[in-house]
Amino acid sequence: MKPFAFERARDVDHALSLAASSPGARFLAGGTNILDLMKLEIEQPPRLIDVGRLPLAEISETASGGLRIGALATNTAVASDPRVRRRYPALARAILAGGSVQLRNKASVGGNLMQRTRCPYFMDAAKPCNKRLPGSGCSAMEGLSSTLALFGASEMCVAVSPSDMSVALAAFDAVAETVRADGSVQRRPVETLHRLPGEAPQVDTDLAPDELILAVELPPPPPGRQVWRKVRARASYTGAIASVAVAGDRVALGAVAARPWRARFTEAALADGASPAEAAGAELAHADGPESRKSLVRRLAADAIREAKEGAAS
Amino acid sequence: MTTIRVNGVDHAVDVDPRTSLLDLLRERLDLKGTKKGCDHGQCGACTVLVNGVRINACLSLAVMHDGDEVLTVEGLASGEVLHPVQQAFLTEDAFQCGYCTPGQICSAVGLLAEVAAGQPSEATADLDGPVTLTDAEIRERMSGNICRCSAYPQILAAVRRAAGAAA
Ligand SMILES: Cc1cc2nc3c(=O)[nH]c(=O)nc-3n(C[C@H](O)[C@H](O)[C@H](O)COP(=O)(O)OP(=O)(O)OC[C@H]3O[C@@H](n4cnc5c(N)ncnc54)[C@H](O)[C@@H]3O)c2cc1C
Ligand code: SF4
Ligand code: FES
Ligand code: FES
Repeated sequence: MKPFAFERARDVDHALSLAASSPGARFLAGGTNILDLMKLEIEQPPRLIDVGRLPLAEISETASGGLRIGALATNTAVASDPRVRRRYPALARAILAGGSVQLRNKASVGGNLMQRTRCPYFMDAAKPCNKRLPGSGCSAMEGLSSTLALFGASEMCVAVSPSDMSVALAAFDAVAETVRADGSVQRRPVETLHRLPGEAPQVDTDLAPDELILAVELPPPPPGRQVWRKVRARASYTGAIASVAVAGDRVALGAVAARPWRARFTEAALADGASPAEAAGAELAHADGPESRKSLVRRLAADAIREAKEGAAS
Repeated sequence: MTTIRVNGVDHAVDVDPRTSLLDLLRERLDLKGTKKGCDHGQCGACTVLVNGVRINACLSLAVMHDGDEVLTVEGLASGEVLHPVQQAFLTEDAFQCGYCTPGQICSAVGLLAEVAAGQPSEATADLDGPVTLTDAEIRERMSGNICRCSAYPQILAAVRRAAGAAA
């Protein structure tokens, strides 16, 4: 690990002014992603600003009947919250499907959203990777990967967002509230928080370096049943090959793009009375990738939609 | 200076910010019970309890834990009397080489507290109801601890036994 300066933020303003005044500095919440990458020297920030003890862990009701989840609430705290379990069960299940209990006890909501978009070659510093080293090439394009993007990829990068939580958040139309050192507050839909790779895969999100996520806000849940499904290489403790969150008439796909992917073609087809299989097919008709992978996602989405409609797994 | 209480003993240490909590425990405080498997959050060998909550000590910096209370496998027994989870691992012969065992035991101690607090897992069928510690629940909740010797059936039995003793 490269040397770095460590500073614990006293309050939000302190964190923001430190971030604005030290180029390359990064926030540190649970540390489960950034420290992992720093050990591999894939990330080399000169300064870490520890925001872990800022009072941003509260989960509270909003005036509109939704929930506001502080950015420092742990993944465990969110999945264990009775209001989340009762009103947003697809979110609780998505979180519970990620990593291990030990990781979720440490991982924060803000850190989960801001973890690096990546593929296995990004993690291997010996391999070319446009995201890690712009212009060096993309090893995944010709390489082995069961998790290539099916939507929104570019010639430069085909990595997907590894966050399970964000898939459910996108299905609920959640919004991330951020603040910068100049005091400006922004509300960014979780669905589009992450950029598509385009010509600059090294930039994961539109957030400025001094922009701190304060909270995620969930509107009231849509009517209808909720379903979460995740396909992975073993029963637990590993990332998704694909996932899907269904909330009423909304469908979001996971591990298929650099951002959680709202399946708008699927949603439109369902509104027009299509069957679950037809509706899933409507989105996958726009996918770009190996047929085997498209078929897996199509069947996964159709199954989850069917379960949401009929209340039973097939 | 970072002040940290480990197994009931206060330590004031001056550490390089790069030092992981795991390396602080093993290299500075000479508590070698906690093991380093992968050093990347992928195996659970480094599991310890911080303020009663289980985490991977390898993915945390010592400086993040100023004022925290850490419990490692060395701090579980009361004198000569083993912690019920330690005793259950012995009774069920829940290890072979033993390398993953300190992490498994700390993890199981954390698990029992989480179940007592009603925290759900992926194996919880009804998120709105109480948690019943079925075998499927134990397997899922212990899935953050890999055992290279594959002592999983015995680990399951040990956690089941410890949970029965705790109930
Ligand atoms: C072995 C392993 C398995 C995993 N499996 C899964 C899985 O199956 N599913 C899944 O979804 N995830 C998985 N993860 C990833 C895990 O969920 C993330 O590492 C975790 O959510 C990151 O949260 P953190 O608080 O630890 O973030 P940190 O590591 O502290 O921070 C991550 C990034 O977010 C930034 N950041 C943190 N907080 C804020 C904020 N409030 N505002 C702005 N920026 C912020 C930091 O600067 C940093 O760049 C796995 C991780 C490991 C190590
Ligand atoms: S897919 Fe993206 S992250 Fe993976 S090797 Fe290619 S450029 Fe790097
Ligand atoms: S050593 Fe920490 S999880 Fe493997
Ligand atoms: S007993 Fe050998 S790794 Fe678990």
